[in-house]
Amino acid sequence: MKSILGISAFYHDSAATILIDGKIVAAAQEERFTRKKHDSGYPFNAIEFVLKYSKLNLNEVDQIIFFEKPFLKFERLLETYVAFAPKGFKQFCKAMPVWLKEKLFQKKFLFNELKRHDKNFKDQSKLFFSDHHLSHAASAFFPSPFDEAVVLTADGVGEWATTTVAIGKGNRLQVIKEIHFPHSLGLLYSAFTYYAGFKVNSGEYKLMGLAPYGNPVYKEKVKKLVDIKEDGTFKLDQKYFNYATGLTMTNDNFHNLFGQKPRNAKDENINQFHMDIAASIQEVTEEIMIKLARSIKKEYNINNLCLAGGVALNCVANGKILKEKIFNNIWIQPAAGDAGGSLGAALALWHIENNNKRIVNSNDDMKGSYLGTEFNQEQIEKELISIGAKFETVEYEELINKTSEYLSNEKAIGWFQGRMEFGPRALGSRSILGDPRSDKMQKNLNLKVKYRESFRPFAPSVLHEDLSNWFDLNVESPYMLLVAKIHQSKKIEMTEKQKKLFGIEKLNIKRSEIPAVTHVDYSARIQTVNKNTNKRYHDLISKFKEKTGCPVIINTSFNVRGEPIVNTPTDAFNCFMGTDLDYLVIGNCMLDKSKQDQNLKKDYTKEFELD
Amino acid sequence: MDFLKEFWDFLRVRKKFWLLPILLFLLLFGGLIILTQGSAVAPFIYTIF
Repeated sequence: MKSILGISAFYHDSAATILIDGKIVAAAQEERFTRKKHDSGYPFNAIEFVLKYSKLNLNEVDQIIFFEKPFLKFERLLETYVAFAPKGFKQFCKAMPVWLKEKLFQKKFLFNELKRHDKNFKDQSKLFFSDHHLSHAASAFFPSPFDEAVVLTADGVGEWATTTVAIGKGNRLQVIKEIHFPHSLGLLYSAFTYYAGFKVNSGEYKLMGLAPYGNPVYKEKVKKLVDIKEDGTFKLDQKYFNYATGLTMTNDNFHNLFGQKPRNAKDENINQFHMDIAASIQEVTEEIMIKLARSIKKEYNINNLCLAGGVALNCVANGKILKEKIFNNIWIQPAAGDAGGSLGAALALWHIENNNKRIVNSNDDMKGSYLGTEFNQEQIEKELISIGAKFETVEYEELINKTSEYLSNEKAIGWFQGRMEFGPRALGSRSILGDPRSDKMQKNLNLKVKYRESFRPFAPSVLHEDLSNWFDLNVESPYMLLVAKIHQSKKIEMTEKQKKLFGIEKLNIKRSEIPAVTHVDYSARIQTVNKNTNKRYHDLISKFKEKTGCPVIINTSFNVRGEPIVNTPTDAFNCFMGTDLDYLVIGNCMLDKSKQDQNLKKDYTKEFELD
Repeated sequence: MDFLKEFWDFLRVRKKFWLLPILLFLLLFGGLIILTQGSAVAPFIYTIF
């Protein structure tokens, strides 16, 4: 038996993954344990979890790999400062002490931290370092159902690369082309995230969700910032940006071009300008991704595409690539961000360095991305009793029946079952569920449960077998990474008067039979639910369909704005008591809000920092 | 020592020897600043700059 521990840490989304004989056994993000969103610290808890899950002491692990190369990153920093000098002195002064004290000596630091897990761990030669984008590419290719694929990765920045093209065949994977820092699609998108008043590295979703409310009237201006070539390669005009040398993303040239300062989230509301900005950058991002996809298809003539890196979480762009039918098949790594780097690094070591044979699995090597913590019925009951929760334990049939009944009565339900998801999406293990047919569900869930902006859309979980009757999509989307339109037959067309409404006003119009998951442009971020990967969730939606005729439910992550997704029954109970959720279903335990001790309620709105 | 060897190998493979003087400068003065924080050696730095 051979085991590999993969680690990603120190920038954002720390995580750990363990492979046993090349199989993905467990993976988790540190934020779920520390309750600090996008926690970038050493993933002590995540490593403890994956070791415990695989019943290994650290000393028994054969190889350990870190997802990127610190020296190369340091080289990029130094060269960037030299290239821009004397500009960037402030950033230089902030960055260098951290590097000289810690980051440059990361191997030693990692080794010392690792020793905390097991005092018998003494062999430094077990420690390896992958390349940031190779880790992303490996996370996208090796678990994919393809023997051969072209792999496109795009994110903010790794060591030098920001966008790469790699070719994978069998157990081989080679990065062929790279676009280097400071030219970065991820950073371009993040610059607009910052400009619209959202937090960089976490608010990008909001910008994407805001885009359909706007019109891309600033598209030509955005193109002044980025020179896009026919093959999709691009160059950012650094005149407009500040990230390479400063402490902000954009500078005055950028603000003058668009005519406004960045939005200050504390005292300025989102208006049509921000929606139009979001729509414009979204269109440009899609244009670049589609051009890149076309050019690599033409050049390598391979029918399968794999995607990873933070930009691959832009499911709207993914949906467009799919719709353009450039490739026959597309597979996207569900933990496409840096957390997935821990998985990719481990897989790269297993296949590329150790030269182990790869057997292509057409049945989802990621196991539905259900790779995290789990609690058995006994543990759940014990934990619920210890925190003073009032619950009833029911049989499986009753659990499914009652939960679907509550759903059809427009109740908001916390759903905590099986193993936690790896990656940013909740896929029916740590989810908040609702009835998508309800007119008021989107607003209620946003404002009373999630405490987030009312413009933000919710995603549907749909039975795999009913997919094409409800959405314009005919391929599986198990990880909620593809966006497609609602099927024509389910749409409610807007009147001419309604079409003229601006931005957020459109939200109040019923646009389909499932309004709570229909965005203003009739799109939806779809999760297809398969009986083989999540039976319990599939059974629940099937029962809901039996009662209502609708094989779709709302699925949003089990957390409030700014909070990491819940990890333990206690986290779930705290979130349940701090929000307007009506019921909580954990394992076979059912909790009714009205029956709980009201003293356990707490003000949850200020618990977590906004993103 | 391991670190120095690895960093030397890195510079060699990447053919980036020109980074070496910058790094030495940084380590020397970075080290001095760290060492002299609040200590009696501090004036020594002020007299240089």
